[in-house]
Amino acid sequence: MATFTSNSAAETESLGRDFARKIDKGDVVALRGDLGSGKTQFVKGVVAGLGSGNEVTSPTFTLIHEYSGGRLPIYHFDFFRIEDRQSAERLGLDEYFFGDGVCLIEWADKFPELIPPNAKWISFTTKSETEREIAT
Amino acid sequence: MATILALETSCDETAVAILRDGELVASEVASQVAAHEKYGGVVPEVASRNHLVHAPRLLEHALDRAKIDIDQVDAFAATSGPGLASSLMIGASIAKGLAIARGKPYLAINHLEGHLLSPFFGEANIRPNVSLIVSGGHTMSIFVRAVGDYEIVGRTVDDAAGEAFDKVAKLLGLNYPGGPEIEKRARAGDAKRFDLPRSMPDSTNFSFSGLKTSVRYLLPKLRGNYLADVCASFQQAVIDVLVQKTLAAARKYDVDLVTISGGVSCNEAFRQQMARACAKDRRELKTAPPSLCTDNAAMIAFAAALQFAKGSASSVQEEIDPNLALA
Repeated sequence: MATFTSNSAAETESLGRDFARKIDKGDVVALRGDLGSGKTQFVKGVVAGLGSGNEVTSPTFTLIHEYSGGRLPIYHFDFFRIEDRQSAERLGLDEYFFGDGVCLIEWADKFPELIPPNAKWISFTTKSETEREIAT
Repeated sequence: MATILALETSCDETAVAILRDGELVASEVASQVAAHEKYGGVVPEVASRNHLVHAPRLLEHALDRAKIDIDQVDAFAATSGPGLASSLMIGASIAKGLAIARGKPYLAINHLEGHLLSPFFGEANIRPNVSLIVSGGHTMSIFVRAVGDYEIVGRTVDDAAGEAFDKVAKLLGLNYPGGPEIEKRARAGDAKRFDLPRSMPDSTNFSFSGLKTSVRYLLPKLRGNYLADVCASFQQAVIDVLVQKTLAAARKYDVDLVTISGGVSCNEAFRQQMARACAKDRRELKTAPPSLCTDNAAMIAFAAALQFAKGSASSVQEEIDPNLALA
């Protein structure tokens, strides 16, 4: 486990870029942390680091965003608005988890039992208005 | 002029519309809000399964309502993106199937093009304008030169404006969808009580993530009666940014016309303030009628009719694209 300190959204994105180098096909990355702690920002970095030029925005409303053009297909999920396990299961997660790309899941800790045991967990903690602690 | 049948299934609404010689003769929407309420959001699997249930029924209703036979349709259109892959697939497959079976053209329409043309609904002449699309999934300003000739001016780099409404509503314990709930409470609130951030003032892009975070940090500090004031202050912060950036774009591209569309453009306070700002700037404001602000097939049929009039058609081989770009 490694802990990083980020002092800006740009630094969080840069950490995501670095993290992207370690990602392989079939990886599931589970993100946890409060609203505004940098999860989407980190995903921006990962997507850019994987070589996709797609615009990364929060999938809160649409629940799944797909990004292509990089070295792996990327599936970006958000559990924020999902109320119960049954609804989360309806997303058909297994098809994505055992698919050909990489899955990044915001608010994964809402349904930890649905996240595969080999998932890479990343925690985001808000230390101050700008400072974030990111633990991988 | 022609008869166009269009399907829209990009997110949670199943919709079918028929446009005949520029007149809307049928527009059926099976709102899935009720089905989603218990999930607190749009759940793709639920959405796509419901599209499959609703679409054939809506097709029949639409043809009945229009009093036409399916053989009288000159072209079949569907939204081919952006949206949820599993949902888009259903509308596009139906439209392609009908086009093949009837030997008529198929038109793949961009959902965002449907929105940005909707303020012109029923008109044949699209004047150059700066268009703002604001909904739950999108926030984007576009310089429109003509039908099919678009230049993206700015877009959200994080949350869509409508999504920010939804997230703040959730923080405040309000119901889904959050936009109308916040608007209702904002009417009785003081928009100046809380000073919330207007992000990226010098950029053409939009950002609402910081605003959401600010509300989140504000709430634990509050005591007593604050709900209406938070709603009003938050709503004002969103409106200020939308109005300021849209008018800046209109000046930059030197157009005398501004158009707004999408779910958030139904917000009454936003409409009024945008109208005042445009009038002050001596620019005309065109708004999409409220019935065309939420996802609907009429706007897709209208965009398809304009494309069809230009002689455009799509290949039935054309795949749906969850990230379909506008320009």
